[in-house]
Amino acid sequence: MDLNMNDLNQPHSMGTTIIGVTYNGGVVLGADSRTSTGMYVANRASDKITQLTDNVYICRSGSAADSQIVSDYVRYFLHQHTIQLGQPATVKVAANLVRLLSYNNKNMLQTGIIVGGWDKYEGGKIYGVPLGGTIIEQPFAIGGSGSSYLYGFFDQAWREGMTREEAEQLVVKAVSLAIARDGASGGVVRTVTINSEGMTRKFYPGDKLPLWHEELEPHNSLLDILNNPGPEPMNI
Amino acid sequence: MAVTELPSKGGFSFDLCRRNDMLSKKGTKPPSYRKTGTTIVGLIFQDGVILGADTRATAGSIVCDKNCEKIHYMAPNIYCCGAGTAADTEAVTDMVSSQLQLHRYHTARESRVVTALTLLKSYLFKYQGHVQAALVLGGVDVTGPHLHTIYPHGSTDTLPFATMGSGSLAAMAVFESKYREGLTKEEGISLVSEAICSGIFNDLGSGSNVDISVITKGHKEYLRNHQLPNPRSYVSSKGYSFPKKTDVLLTKITPLKEKVEVIEVGDAMEE
Repeated sequence: MDLNMNDLNQPHSMGTTIIGVTYNGGVVLGADSRTSTGMYVANRASDKITQLTDNVYICRSGSAADSQIVSDYVRYFLHQHTIQLGQPATVKVAANLVRLLSYNNKNMLQTGIIVGGWDKYEGGKIYGVPLGGTIIEQPFAIGGSGSSYLYGFFDQAWREGMTREEAEQLVVKAVSLAIARDGASGGVVRTVTINSEGMTRKFYPGDKLPLWHEELEPHNSLLDILNNPGPEPMNI
Repeated sequence: MAVTELPSKGGFSFDLCRRNDMLSKKGTKPPSYRKTGTTIVGLIFQDGVILGADTRATAGSIVCDKNCEKIHYMAPNIYCCGAGTAADTEAVTDMVSSQLQLHRYHTARESRVVTALTLLKSYLFKYQGHVQAALVLGGVDVTGPHLHTIYPHGSTDTLPFATMGSGSLAAMAVFESKYREGLTKEEGISLVSEAICSGIFNDLGSGSNVDISVITKGHKEYLRNHQLPNPRSYVSSKGYSFPKKTDVLLTKITPLKEKVEVIEVGDAMEE
């Protein structure tokens, strides 16, 4: 087995699946919940969808330390900006701050980020800020190690002008597909939906996800033994 | 007269660097740091946080302290378990606890766990993983009980139960099968000591005794050596006796003056 003690000393990386999708009226962000060091799962229920402001969230991938520092700085700058402006920052400003840090410190950082949110000027917007620190406005963005399994799927399944329900279902389906094929992604699926009304968080436990090719129903699992009914999608 | 190389006046001598290069080229390993190959854990129970640690410190394969303390003080309401290089965990927790004390003098309020977390993570991130401290931070503040893990590169997690160090896998196996929400204090302490014992017995880097710290709102308990699963099992019934003085083996005196020829050269020393 490849697992050895050196694995535990490696930097934390989020072998990840992260997704951002726009729909008619807002955006849906999605992510798995696995954080690993080498072959060890350091956290099986992590939250990779991080709040920057009331109306802007980001999906983090790559080094956990780097993406946390970037998001901490951007959150701080956006709070300052919101106070000076006297109104909520736009998604574009948030994404541009992420880009500024990612680009200026590209030699130090190992992180890819998807910025998503809603503002009154441009509505729901998704920006991808990949490794080198470029910024791309996209109708949908995918990232992390699991994204390589999803390009074809999104080319086929994404449509302009989806409803909120369609977009949420697309995101959950895509993340669960990536979890099924990518060893570095796993755990639960978390989603955040942002529109003019505000934001909604949802949580899909790993044993309630759709089953794909060659996957089996849980059988004699610890969860059955404990007779623990799985939680319903959580609304915070 | 023999010619000897005299060290030049002032400056540094780098002779040992060349010697060390030569030794490392020949395959000699440099001495290792004292590490706490460790099991440290923490969990949230119904009215607070419980932290636990083993007490073995190692340098390579040598156990260099059989009863060290790995639960560090951060603030009256916050404690922190440390794994990794002993010097680094000690230094970083001492530094941050001093910053927290000054912050309390400044604000006249109880420290928060997130403050400690942010100070620790920004320090560790700055050193890009070279400060080898892996920490389990726990405490109870005005916003309730909190438990965090901090990795040497500066990433942090927020969890209901956490393990760290070389024994983390053994301890996590115990937590994953037995942890649930709303444990009582007694259940929590026994689960934490079971997890530490699993590290002590199944991980070579961990050993000796179990230290526990229980933090609740406005109260804390430090249970040093809560459990001693490795007592000295054999003590000689006759007891041990040692001679009071060194035995004299030789009384013949060999005068050195006859063997060594002392040549007096050079100027007399002046002040």
